[in-house]
Amino acid sequence: MSEDEELPDLGGGSTRSSNSTAVSGGGGDHNYVSPSPDQVLENVLENVLCFLTSRRDRNAASLVCKSWYRAEALTRSELFIGNCYSVSPRRVTNRFRLVKAIAIKGKPRFSDFSLLPPDWGAHFGPWLSAMSRSYRALEKLYLKRMSVTDDDLSFAAQSFPILKELVMVCCEGFGTGGLAIVASGCREIRVLELMDSDVGDDEADWISCFPDNVTCLESFVFDCVEAPINFEALERLVARSPSLKKLRLNCYISIGQLYRLMIRAPQLTHLGTGSFSPLEIVAQGEQELNYFSAFAACKSLICLSGFREIIPDYLSAIYPVCGNLTSLNLSYANINAEQLKPVICLCHKLQTFWVLDSVSDEGLQAVSAACKDLRELRVFPVQALEDAEGPVSEVGLLAISEGCRKLQSILYFCQRMTNAAVVAMSKNCLDLVVFRLCIMGRHRPDHITGEPMDEGFGAIVKNCKKLTRLAVSGLLTDRAFSYIGQYGKLLRTLSVAFAGNTDLGLKYLLEGCPKLQKLEIRDSPFGDSALFAGLHHYYNMRFLWMSSCKVTRQGCEEIARQLPGLVVEVITRDREENETSEYVDTLYMYRSLDGPRADAPRLMVRPSLMICGKHCTSTECRFSIARSLDFTLSVWVPCISR
Amino acid sequence: MAMISEEHSKEKLGFEETELRLGLPGGGGIVNGDFGKNTNANGKRGYPETVNLKLNLSLKETEKGENLQKEKNLISCSNNAVKPPTKAQVVGWPPVRSFRKNVMAVQKSNSEEGVGGTATFVKVSMDGAPYLRKVDLNMYKSYQDLYGALGKMFNSFTMGKCDSQGMMDFMNESKLKDLLNGSDFVPTYEDKDGDWMLVGDVPWEMFVGSCKRLRIMKGTEAIGLAPRAMEKCKNRS
Repeated sequence: MSEDEELPDLGGGSTRSSNSTAVSGGGGDHNYVSPSPDQVLENVLENVLCFLTSRRDRNAASLVCKSWYRAEALTRSELFIGNCYSVSPRRVTNRFRLVKAIAIKGKPRFSDFSLLPPDWGAHFGPWLSAMSRSYRALEKLYLKRMSVTDDDLSFAAQSFPILKELVMVCCEGFGTGGLAIVASGCREIRVLELMDSDVGDDEADWISCFPDNVTCLESFVFDCVEAPINFEALERLVARSPSLKKLRLNCYISIGQLYRLMIRAPQLTHLGTGSFSPLEIVAQGEQELNYFSAFAACKSLICLSGFREIIPDYLSAIYPVCGNLTSLNLSYANINAEQLKPVICLCHKLQTFWVLDSVSDEGLQAVSAACKDLRELRVFPVQALEDAEGPVSEVGLLAISEGCRKLQSILYFCQRMTNAAVVAMSKNCLDLVVFRLCIMGRHRPDHITGEPMDEGFGAIVKNCKKLTRLAVSGLLTDRAFSYIGQYGKLLRTLSVAFAGNTDLGLKYLLEGCPKLQKLEIRDSPFGDSALFAGLHHYYNMRFLWMSSCKVTRQGCEEIARQLPGLVVEVITRDREENETSEYVDTLYMYRSLDGPRADAPRLMVRPSLMICGKHCTSTECRFSIARSLDFTLSVWVPCISR
Repeated sequence: MAMISEEHSKEKLGFEETELRLGLPGGGGIVNGDFGKNTNANGKRGYPETVNLKLNLSLKETEKGENLQKEKNLISCSNNAVKPPTKAQVVGWPPVRSFRKNVMAVQKSNSEEGVGGTATFVKVSMDGAPYLRKVDLNMYKSYQDLYGALGKMFNSFTMGKCDSQGMMDFMNESKLKDLLNGSDFVPTYEDKDGDWMLVGDVPWEMFVGSCKRLRIMKGTEAIGLAPRAMEKCKNRS
């Protein structure tokens, strides 16, 4: 529901007249006589529009007419750019003038698994240049899978003097030197979060660079920074940050140091515990610290993580907070079922639980018995190999499905699985929104029946009516995809690997799933004819990724020809002279208003290249593409003039 | 499994060549052998594909029977003829981010199996204490050293006599009787045979070699163990 419904019906007439009397530049000229009714309406609109926060509502409002489009553009303060190459920074800053918060996502997700060369792109630099001119009042910056340099961080600190929140997830290209500049330059920073990012060790003492006075830090997350830090400086920082609620330490913080920080910050709600083991040199004869009481003093703690190098004996120190925890991340703690049980049986309020498969099926049974409110579970493998022994299996999955009926999101790595367990989960956990099952052995069937895993995944899409994200694995035939196409009507994100038999598999998906936005496929036998089956839909998608499939260069070129609003990136890896492949290695395609990017990496020069159909310059075409991007409607209206 | 390997050798070919040919900016190949942290000379992580190769390196050390996967050799072989050949690892599969793949390496180095190290960590529990400690017996040269450390560790839990003097006292027969009848604490240990013994009976080196875990128990509970100790005291003097 949006406030639009309460606005007066402008009707066609007033729209036209507003066009003809439109003040050029969208409000730039001032009218010193009493404003026209249209101007009044526009002022009213601007004031009402600030109540619209959802970007989908704003997209809808912007399409009503040009007047509304202008008003909306002037009042939108939060921007979401789902693909940094879908639109140029200049175009964004030209349209939206008053942006306070921006989120930009760069590389496709499969780059996390080394499927893209380094220096592929997603550079923050160009965005920063444009924003530094236009968004000097920026308060919040969120970057995901972007390449950010130290110079970028320095420039950002200068350009955004009132920056309050900086969050970087899965980013790379910078180091502790850049962090030092952020610490010293961003004086208003409240939230500084680095997550799963690759931060270089420049040996900079960045913790000491925070200003000496009381800080307004509320959230400080640096658990992914693999570099030693100045602990005394950190202790002083925590002591002068009375608003600090979230603190996630890196693995260089010992348990003794954690203790010292905890007694200074008992108000913490979110704590990442660092290594959770003692420094080696003082392990022997160290005066025993009462870690138990330190945890007992943190009465507001609801989220615990870290345990990066845990000595399991220390785990009992967290007992006092278990009863309040809503989130517990033990995914770096190599503990077994016996070590988990005494902790998990106290966590009756737990909603989010990340763990290693070292706890085995037995540990998961304990979770199932204790955590009745569980919403999200992630089980990661200690040994991320295809032929390792798997301590978790269908037994654990079944137990979870029976005990945790409110489950909404699951990521489960295992070595063996059965259809029966997956079907059971589909019937027990009807609230599932995210189902990601990774059977680590490629093409592995149901290990009891020997059948493909088609029926299991079929049951998931059929029974879990709220499902929007799915990742499949194991031995899968085209039938699995026919189920997904038939039932996956709300599916937005789909991840496929080593699956399917023929082009039919992909066709089922592209023809059947109208909401599909992000499709990533690797090592599956889908070719050109399947690719063409999605022509009606690609402008609605954020991207399509296909690597090691059976798509040819000609197929890619044909797509680009037919859909000029797409950028089609193709990577064909270097081969010996005598070796040819008719198939491209990687296809990554996405809609874009601004055509192919100019910053493809050196390594990709030849023989890989970027294909794009003749870049469409007509305004109708551009307008209709704009309607499909993330900051406008997601419904594509095909361009008429080709 | 082997059959599937052959079926997909074509794809593997592609991937292996991928691993090799896409070089790091400014150079290529496997970065330094510190398998805990994937860093190259300037501190940045090397192209993550090398992680797969390095993991195989570490597996070689810790798992018997697996050969190191050579760069050009696409199918890794096993020393053990009975085991089928392991599949060559495919780039980016399973889809676990590289910083998660280090977990096993880190944990193994902390484990009490002491792979490649000279540590002999044993758990130490004390009756009444909420959690255990661990000591590395190789850090000490005599029972006295050990008592000193244990005394410091569990100082806050005792009313007194769990210190080096208290523990030394029970080497003396008459004091031993007093101790065992009182509420003081005595150290005991579980040896390789699963028997619970009073600490101090055997020569230090033999103790280090046979001790599996330590328990500091109340004197009254240790009485069942005492006769052996008293007998030994008699034999010594």
